[in-house]
Amino acid sequence: MGETISVNGTQRSLPDDPRITLLDFLRRDLGLTGSKKGCDHGQCGACTVIVNGIRINSCLTLAAMHEGDSVTTIEGLGTPEDPSPLQRAFVDHDGFQCGYCTPGQICSATAMLEELANDWPSDASDDLEGKIEISGEEIRERMSGNLCRCGAYANIVAAIRDAATETSA
Amino acid sequence: MRPFQYERARTLGDAARLVAGADAMAIAGGTNLLDLMKLQVETPGELVDINRAGFAEIEDTDDGGLRIGALATNTATAVHPRVRSDYPVLARAILAGATQQLRNKATTGGNLCQRTRCFYFMNIDQPCNKREPGSGCGAIDGVAKLHAVLGTSDECIATYPGDMAVALSALDGTVQIASVDGAERSVPVRDFHCLPGDTPWRENVLEDGEVIIAVTLPAPVAGVQLYRKVRERSSYAFALVSIAAIVEMRNGVIARADLSFGGLAHKPWHDPRISDLLEDAAPSAQLYDAAADLLLEDARGYGENDFKIPLARRTLHAVLAQAVEDAA
Repeated sequence: MGETISVNGTQRSLPDDPRITLLDFLRRDLGLTGSKKGCDHGQCGACTVIVNGIRINSCLTLAAMHEGDSVTTIEGLGTPEDPSPLQRAFVDHDGFQCGYCTPGQICSATAMLEELANDWPSDASDDLEGKIEISGEEIRERMSGNLCRCGAYANIVAAIRDAATETSA
Repeated sequence: MRPFQYERARTLGDAARLVAGADAMAIAGGTNLLDLMKLQVETPGELVDINRAGFAEIEDTDDGGLRIGALATNTATAVHPRVRSDYPVLARAILAGATQQLRNKATTGGNLCQRTRCFYFMNIDQPCNKREPGSGCGAIDGVAKLHAVLGTSDECIATYPGDMAVALSALDGTVQIASVDGAERSVPVRDFHCLPGDTPWRENVLEDGEVIIAVTLPAPVAGVQLYRKVRERSSYAFALVSIAAIVEMRNGVIARADLSFGGLAHKPWHDPRISDLLEDAAPSAQLYDAAADLLLEDARGYGENDFKIPLARRTLHAVLAQAVEDAA
């Protein structure tokens, strides 16, 4: 099988052409079109996926650089019948209009809740050490790498806040 | 992207040997390089993936300092317990830059080597002496809002865009460099980046076949550490002006003031005369003004960025006043 990468729990062969970004590999080669190509330059966050537990812009990394890595895309987080807490919260709070940025928003927020649970500080944190209190300001700063052209930010923040409370409860 | 050969370096020796190739470039996080390759600003024939070459550790040094591996991600550095407790200006500077997704990939070495975000540099249809020597500078008399006011030349007015290196400069860190022949050398962060002069394509002192392996910080010093970044929006924007400051007060006078500035020049700007002026002096608005006079005595605006000169003065005032208050 040659060099492989795990995508949503399934082993896949890496592409031969080293120019293929992780995003193009997911979308074009694997047909996982949930991850979106917005700007293709790491500015909009629509391509955000989770690699080895960490959120990254899949447009700014080559598939070939991910031999042996484990990737989770929006397709791996939940299904219409069994959505993840964040997927359910986005529906409950109407956290989107056109939906193009939503898979990136949800992958990003999924990893962000882990970062919060680990008390990683952000630019919005008063203290670098100790427990981080979740707030609208913290969520907005931590999600600044995910743009929404429709401007559904208020509902996105509400959805993430809801899911965060539910997860930590 | 133009076609390229992809190689993976498994050891530091591999990395240095492969990077020494005439048309080769190292890739670590890739967040800047792949962006530039898509724009065809960079067109390496060979891309050497150094991510598995094994120098990502962050570890204590024997003299109480900290050694941050070149492949440590910005996130790993910013959340490291010792960085948060002993070098907070570094954690603050990193967290003020980019987004979590980018910081999760960006590395110490790559961040030091990141390229300017000058619009003319990033657009291959425009003149740029940095990208295409002799083609002219589009930014002089052009769109220059983000551009430098200190240390510019008639060839180039680009800025070094990063935040991390500004803090490393204030902390007086040292860049550890390995070369293809196995030799190692150390360069102070303050001397690592170059001014544009008449060689604007030369942005730092790395030679062909050299690889950054770590940045070493001296043992932590007493005092308050601040990073203030002024930008056009409150997150995910490059600095118009930024200041990394380490200020210690003793008996009502400033005992130590290490300051470095971002957004003003082709390199993190550090002027030792400012430390000399501030140290052993009693804090006052007049003193801060004198420090700003020193910083900006040779400053030159290029139209759109004229505002940076008074902005740097006001930011310096604000940072010193806050640091003195916090340190008292």
